[in-house]
Amino acid sequence: MPVVALIWQATQADFSHWDNLVTFVLPSVLKNTVLLLAGVAVIVGVIGVGSAWAVTAWDFPVRKILSWALLLPLAMPTYIVAFAWLDLLHPIGPLQTFIRLLLGFDSPRQFRLPDLRSLPGAIILLGLVLYPYVYLTTRAMFISQPAHLLEAARTLGCSAAGTFFRVALPMARPALAVGISLALLETLNDIGASEFLGVQTLTVTVYTTWISRSDLAAAAQIACMMLMFIFCILTLEFYGRKKQGFSSRSLREIQPTAIRGWRGWLLASVIALPVILGFVAPVIFLAWESMKRFGEENPLSPALLSALQNTLLLAAGTTLVVVCVSLLVAWSARHSAADNALPGFRRGVMRLASLGYAVPGTILAIGFLTPAMAVDRWLADLLEVRGLPLMSAGVLLVICCAMRFQAIAIGALDSGLSRIPPSLEQASRLLGENGAGTFARIHLPLLRPALVSSALLVFADAMKELPTTLLLRPVNFETLATLLYAEAARGTYEEGAIAALMIVLAGTLPVILLVRHQMTRTG
Amino acid sequence: MNEFVLPRTGLRRITLASALVFSVSLPVFAQDSLTLYTTREPGLIQPLLDSWTQSSGVKVNTVYIKDGMLERVKAEGKNSPADLLMTVDAGNLIDLVEAGVTQPVDSAMLKTAIPANLRGEDNQWFALSMRARVLYADKSLPIDNWHYEQLSSPEYKGKVCIRSGQHPYNTALIAAMIAHHGEAKTEEWLRGVKANLARKATGGDRDVARDILGGICDIGLANSYYIGHMKNAKEGSDARKWGDAIKVVKPTFEQGGTHVNISGAAVARFAPNKAEAVKLMEYLVSAPAQQLYAQANFEYPVLKGVQLDPVISATIGEIDVDKVPLTEIVKYRKQASLLVDKVGFDQ
Repeated sequence: MPVVALIWQATQADFSHWDNLVTFVLPSVLKNTVLLLAGVAVIVGVIGVGSAWAVTAWDFPVRKILSWALLLPLAMPTYIVAFAWLDLLHPIGPLQTFIRLLLGFDSPRQFRLPDLRSLPGAIILLGLVLYPYVYLTTRAMFISQPAHLLEAARTLGCSAAGTFFRVALPMARPALAVGISLALLETLNDIGASEFLGVQTLTVTVYTTWISRSDLAAAAQIACMMLMFIFCILTLEFYGRKKQGFSSRSLREIQPTAIRGWRGWLLASVIALPVILGFVAPVIFLAWESMKRFGEENPLSPALLSALQNTLLLAAGTTLVVVCVSLLVAWSARHSAADNALPGFRRGVMRLASLGYAVPGTILAIGFLTPAMAVDRWLADLLEVRGLPLMSAGVLLVICCAMRFQAIAIGALDSGLSRIPPSLEQASRLLGENGAGTFARIHLPLLRPALVSSALLVFADAMKELPTTLLLRPVNFETLATLLYAEAARGTYEEGAIAALMIVLAGTLPVILLVRHQMTRTG
Repeated sequence: MNEFVLPRTGLRRITLASALVFSVSLPVFAQDSLTLYTTREPGLIQPLLDSWTQSSGVKVNTVYIKDGMLERVKAEGKNSPADLLMTVDAGNLIDLVEAGVTQPVDSAMLKTAIPANLRGEDNQWFALSMRARVLYADKSLPIDNWHYEQLSSPEYKGKVCIRSGQHPYNTALIAAMIAHHGEAKTEEWLRGVKANLARKATGGDRDVARDILGGICDIGLANSYYIGHMKNAKEGSDARKWGDAIKVVKPTFEQGGTHVNISGAAVARFAPNKAEAVKLMEYLVSAPAQQLYAQANFEYPVLKGVQLDPVISATIGEIDVDKVPLTEIVKYRKQASLLVDKVGFDQ
């Protein structure tokens, strides 16, 4: 629905400004966007797959800890990691000051490192917080890979590396495709970090067209162009997943090879690097900034606490809606998968639902605004109340957030569904169970891991949500993200350190649950 | 089986909790309250609102909406709870008026307090405070009498820091430049500034001071009130160090006058509490409130005779506002934004 509204908005203006866009803006913006996406894809792919394989195939010191710690950067919103690292790496920040001290320079005018505010900077930072999507999906795949296939490869004379590249990686390709496409959609959606680091992406252009030219229609037109990118990413995901044809009933797991001594520790420190850069360092920075403020008047003000409460409730509400919708979709998908009647329709629904995830939050919210308000006004007239009942109760906000994050759950469910062999359903039906019973007794238990982990991902994402919340929240409703944003708007983002730390810490909660869930699953 | 329990109770709790919050957030439309939509960060105006609530007994509900206030008010239509709409950029304020979501206010007090060039002709919008676009420079630089036009001078090659050209503070300045010199000359100027940039045009105004301290650049444009915030920050804090590293120069156009922007307000077209909204605006231009604008926010008051903050008067002082009226400047905003694209300023 928001997408339709978006397209409708796009037709509300002429295309005169496209001259200007095509000549001056699009070439560089498209180049930036493509480079950013490609760079992030490479980084998340390498870090995600590399770390997932390492903790699966090798046993080294602190492997157990790392295997869950690698997920922690999920809790780190891109805008927070950007400002934390800019501060740490600024010429007057701790790192460069230390380097100058070592080299004997006394002013940053004599010696400086290159500025982080650049395309490479953005690629690295986004890669560092988005790789867990790949880690999560590929690790799950590696764990469930039957060991005998790998062993067969080894006995046939394949080297360890060869086994990885020729057997393990191809089998994990569907998971890799899902992980990378999630990370890319998040990259495309990102506005905080790219804007902060001065990288002009399509998303930023959509924004400036709307804000500084008050030209919503033109912004919507560019946003429609973005949909093209989204389709490319989703197609990539689709083809990545398409050729998966393995299902195996042997569930003996891969036995990790032990690596001890200094090699083990070296491996451990390499694998720990993304966690340190993407999570530990920024958290220490935020903690340090928060500590500085703890001496001051009441750091945990009532405003902050109520914002925390609002944030948790918003995330919970969103997750609830997403889970309910996902169950419905899974139910209908099972039907069409079984009957083979409407596979095209099912694909269509899933793709449409995925769009919400990739469209920038503000654009989605704007598209959502007009139809939602019409319904709300109609409801107000019906109930004979003044004002806007749904809006003021926060219902619209929750619905819109759910639309944004639906794709996460849909994607996970889809790949979960595709791993349930049709023979199971057929067996159940042959044994006399009806459709609902089969769903409840066969599909639901098998889908539960996917459902729970996607619910937790949605929760973590909703905690960080900013643009939709800013636009659609009811009066007097602050979340941690909006509080932080207000500080940033005032130009005093370091004052928001406590709120930022709370977002990150609260965000680690679902991540830890996710980890526990995965652990219990894998024994 | 143990695993099963967790998500289930979790869900139940979540349902209960969501039901709770939605019922709690409802009674917003109580009597004696007023709803304010603001693109201005509410922390900055909260002291003003608190002091008004204390004297009038009317509670102010605020929604801080950075972008999309116009779209939201428009979509809410006649059911909108908004009474007063507040923005920090003249262009955004006039956009609201042009979109028809405001209404005229007939108040003798507002008319006498606010000079004619700082309010709409049809009394649809009113400026509440002013801020100047000034030059931050490394302390050691011998800069004094300085024109905006000089920012493109080759002597500053690789020495200029500035935020995004698309930010309203900069588009307003570029629009003013167009009003002074025409589009062709402004384009040339903007290309010169772009060639002088030491880093990407991004970040905020305070980053100019920080990057000057960091040795990345020598000069940059920023809003006047940040210097008040930085120099008044706690001893030893980062912000204080940044503020202390720079000096502030009051620039003018070659034809004279310093560029200012405003924070302002308009009454919403379907305001449920119009009378209260007008009263709040009248309070905001009264002497005590204007004093707060100057002292707590380091802005320039619109009311004559109100004292400036000591730091502001010491670093910048009284300003001679650009003679081209804001309503005129605002007309060139779109052109300015297109120029920013054309010269690839933010690339």
